[in-house]
Amino acid sequence: MAFHSVAEILELAKLEDIPFWEVVLRSDMEERQVTREESMAKMLITWQAMRDAADAYTGTRRSVSGLVGGDGMRMRQYQLRGKAIAGGYVGEVIAEALSMAESNACMRRIVAAPTAGACGVLPAVLLPLQKDKDLTQRQILEAFYVASGVGMVIAHNACISGASGGCQAEIGTASAMAAAALVSLKGGSDKMIAQAVAIALSNLMGLVCDPVAGLVEVPCVKRNVIGAMNAISAADMALAGIECVVPVDEVIEAMGEVGRSMPVQFRETALGGLANTPTGRAVRDRMQEHQEWK
Amino acid sequence: MNLFDILGPIMIGPSSSHTAGAARIGNMARTLLGEIPVQAKIHLHGSFAQTGSGHGTDRALVGGLLGMKPDDLRIPFAFEEAEKDGLQFSIDTIELREAHPNTAVIELIGENGARLEMQACSIGGGAIEVHKINGIDVLFTGAFNTLVIHNHDEYGTLAAVTTILSQLHINVANMSLNRAKRGGDALMVLETDQHIKPSQVEFLRDLPGILSLTYYDKEDEEYGFSLRR
Repeated sequence: MAFHSVAEILELAKLEDIPFWEVVLRSDMEERQVTREESMAKMLITWQAMRDAADAYTGTRRSVSGLVGGDGMRMRQYQLRGKAIAGGYVGEVIAEALSMAESNACMRRIVAAPTAGACGVLPAVLLPLQKDKDLTQRQILEAFYVASGVGMVIAHNACISGASGGCQAEIGTASAMAAAALVSLKGGSDKMIAQAVAIALSNLMGLVCDPVAGLVEVPCVKRNVIGAMNAISAADMALAGIECVVPVDEVIEAMGEVGRSMPVQFRETALGGLANTPTGRAVRDRMQEHQEWK
Repeated sequence: MNLFDILGPIMIGPSSSHTAGAARIGNMARTLLGEIPVQAKIHLHGSFAQTGSGHGTDRALVGGLLGMKPDDLRIPFAFEEAEKDGLQFSIDTIELREAHPNTAVIELIGENGARLEMQACSIGGGAIEVHKINGIDVLFTGAFNTLVIHNHDEYGTLAAVTTILSQLHINVANMSLNRAKRGGDALMVLETDQHIKPSQVEFLRDLPGILSLTYYDKEDEEYGFSLRR
């Protein structure tokens, strides 16, 4: 593991006079013993896989449980009617986050970022931007290095799975990665990237993982939307020069602490929260009855 | 953990532990059997048993047994593919003592009669651990190239294998040797940094004292598949 903190990435960038993404790229070359071209080729394949996943969405497939599917299409159609409160870019982000998270629930091919359950957040904020603003592929790849560098620090110093730290660790990390990517794409400074991560993580702190019937469907699909929305606002705040009082590395530590002290019923066990409502329990019982094998 | 564990893997949803890991477990069992499986009994423990149907764990395991990687678009239709490929399978639940919640026990019979019983678990992020082969305790992950050697428990076999590997400039990263009882059958697991060529695997297989040998070549470019529709 190359970095122990976001501060360390910022220091390295300053010391060598290179951008944030370049620090992360160099660490990948070192870690996996690959050339610059090999690393970037793999990143390009990852981006292509996300675009393929977005293209493959039709809104017709349903999850095995039948609980989710079709909402991405529903949102897209509503958005196209032009009456959406959050129109334009934000409306597209909502539709994209729903679509990608549904694709995951419906056993389509996705890119975990950082987990499968949170796979909609990062592509949701990037895909519509790419259409609108005609960004270069190069800039997108740079944003991916920034996002994954942030994700690695969070994985190292806190946690990224719902089972270990609740939804704040999963959607929260995805949201922080997406916020960092957005700031990078908009040409924000390294310090702004760090601020965006701190704000995004702070604002989702404490969110529990309470999946109905233990499946990555309810509320996971719609939580991808809040992760993406949160990323946009955090990125805009950071780009506006707004700062988070608690520095990013302390926020990450705090998120880890909250995750560790979270009761086990709120860490993917489906024993608490929405999973433990009368409706949630009924869905679980119905799933167990209809299991093809017993 | 590297960058592409954070941004990745590219996989069929919905869960890296319950779906991607399950496909890897199936694949590992197929590789260790050493031939095409025609009959499979799959036993699911813990969370695999409780949420395996909703997570597609059942389909991913069968897909893995058919040789599918975690990003294979056929995984959702693995049951139908199994029928086409002539793999008979059954799935039920099992309660194991002191096993990881995401554990599967797979009993396989191959087209030429080879048999395998493997216990493995999915430990998160798509990573797996193999815990038992034919009743003998082992511990390996498939993150390395892996030689699994079933041999007579007698002197010199381990030395013979490692001598050959050193002559081939193949470095052993981790290894274990376990036996059921003294003088009986033993199981040697060697994880190597370098790939081992098919001809080299054949050569090792012919060494005295070796009953059977299978080789798992680690997934180097699983993403190569991802550009295919």
